[in-house]
Amino acid sequence: MNSKTQNKMAIGALYGIAGFVVLILLALLGYILISGTPQLSWHFLTAPAKAFLKGGGVGVQLFNSFYLLFLAMLISFPIALGAAIYLYEYAKNNWLTTTIRTAIEILSSLPSVVVGLFGFLFFVVKLRLGFSILSGAFALTFFNLPLLTRSIEDSLRTISETQREGGLALGLSRWETVTKVILPAAVPSILTGVILSAGRVFGEAAALIYTAGQSAPALNFMDWNPFNISSPLNPMRPAETLAVHIWKINSEGIMPDAKAISSGSSAVLVLAILIFNFAARYLGKRLYKRLTSA
Amino acid sequence: MSEEILTTQDLHLYYGDKEALKGINLDFTEKGITALIGPSGCGKSTYLRTLNRMNDLIPNVTITGTIKFKDQDLYSPSADTVQIRKEIGMVFQQPNPFPFSIYDNVIYGLRIAGEKDKEKLDAVVEKSLRQAAVWDEVKDHLHESALALSGGQQQRVCIARVLAVSPEIILLDEPTSALDPVSSSQIEATLLNLRHDYTIIIVTHNLQQASRIADRTAFFMNGELVEVDQTKNIFMNPAKKQTEDYISGRFG
Ligand SMILES: Nc1ncnc2c1ncn2[C@@H]1O[C@H](COP(=O)(O)OP(=O)(O)OP(=O)(O)O)[C@@H](O)[C@H]1O
Ligand SMILES: [Mg+2]
Repeated sequence: MNSKTQNKMAIGALYGIAGFVVLILLALLGYILISGTPQLSWHFLTAPAKAFLKGGGVGVQLFNSFYLLFLAMLISFPIALGAAIYLYEYAKNNWLTTTIRTAIEILSSLPSVVVGLFGFLFFVVKLRLGFSILSGAFALTFFNLPLLTRSIEDSLRTISETQREGGLALGLSRWETVTKVILPAAVPSILTGVILSAGRVFGEAAALIYTAGQSAPALNFMDWNPFNISSPLNPMRPAETLAVHIWKINSEGIMPDAKAISSGSSAVLVLAILIFNFAARYLGKRLYKRLTSA
Repeated sequence: MSEEILTTQDLHLYYGDKEALKGINLDFTEKGITALIGPSGCGKSTYLRTLNRMNDLIPNVTITGTIKFKDQDLYSPSADTVQIRKEIGMVFQQPNPFPFSIYDNVIYGLRIAGEKDKEKLDAVVEKSLRQAAVWDEVKDHLHESALALSGGQQQRVCIARVLAVSPEIILLDEPTSALDPVSSSQIEATLLNLRHDYTIIIVTHNLQQASRIADRTAFFMNGELVEVDQTKNIFMNPAKKQTEDYISGRFG
């Protein structure tokens, strides 16, 4: 067999594998969207869930998902940014940074259910935060931090060393070089990473079941005082998210339209994550263009 | 002969335990262009980077000896590297404009230093770009990205960026080796323009370039300074055999 036919066969095999993966993805997406989208309506997206009757919605769960995501990002982004800047721009290679990197590595490969149970024992029980948005946000932070740190570090790595030298050679301090040259140049790629990790966090269920809880008390969307128990902004209330809701309906849902609600919720979740992904690409590209061209 | 602005005495530099500079003694007088030439790997870039402490960025570098910039010891513990690099600017082999507009590139150093006066910044941008001989080509799109320019224009914008912080010395490490001949000769013309106002030290592999623009030329080999003299002496009448061999293309 000559190298040309070998080459052709290899390419054929790779195309086959790639095609297979795409096919699985399309089949999954198609199934979820086809069975789910007919359930979608304004009512479904905004109404509270019903435990025993049909006709419930996922309004509260949807809000909870976004609020939790927002809080988790609010906590994890600054930490991840700081850690990534320290690791990539400042730290020398020594035992300390090796340890930190290994810790991040291990943290990122922990199964999310373990993170969830840890969150339950530590935040819910030990710190007495109870089943609450705050406990959930902390658990998600643990889940998200390593991945986000890594993604920001990768973004910093894409900025060429010549840019750092350029900044320093201009008489900027290291800090000024990082904040005024490197970070602005890395913003599009950092943003892409943040949105992609937001998609992952948004779909997370296992880490939340025992931290943010599985109940979604009705919310009063007129009450924006975070200290009131029925206020959507109250971080101490239990908050079932969309992903947890899907899990719950499928394991113990007793409403008559459980199947439909689960399909509809899945479609909402998948659509939200697709939107995150496309938004990440679009915004990243737009920003990069704006920063680099006219 | 004018004052010596920069002096190096018995400068040794080690990467780990590998000695890359083996006791360099070399002085620079104010204004004019000095070219550093020599075979690949002889330590030209290493030497140049000791002059504004860019080697500090590389781990495991040990430097001994003295470098004085106007009687200030560059490597004394109290030396302020940030200030040093403002006074001793550097242009690199690969044009490295920041991914911002041309205007922002040029004023970046000043703006970060806290200068806010728009009129003053505008004036500096125009002056620096004119000095770098690129003003006419970019004046109509100052607010477009510097990355959209050609390599040669980018390099001249980088020179303007250095000029804008008004350094006394400008170090250039093979600034034309990534450029086409036309852009190269524009950079050369730019440097010839600047030689009356700045002390310029340029590393080049292009012997013709050295002979065209440099007032003085220093020949390095294997981490040592072989000889330094007026450019025409180095090329017409070198004192050392090694220099003659290199100039006549017998090695390197
Ligand atoms: N970061 C580094 N770590 C270890 N050794 C280095 C490093 N940089 C350069 N060297 C070594 O030091 C010596 C001098 O390198 P330098 O880059 O100064 O040479 P040069 O004269 O600029 O060469 P060229 O003309 O190819 O640019 C070389 O032997 C090189 O391998
Ligand atoms: Mg070099």
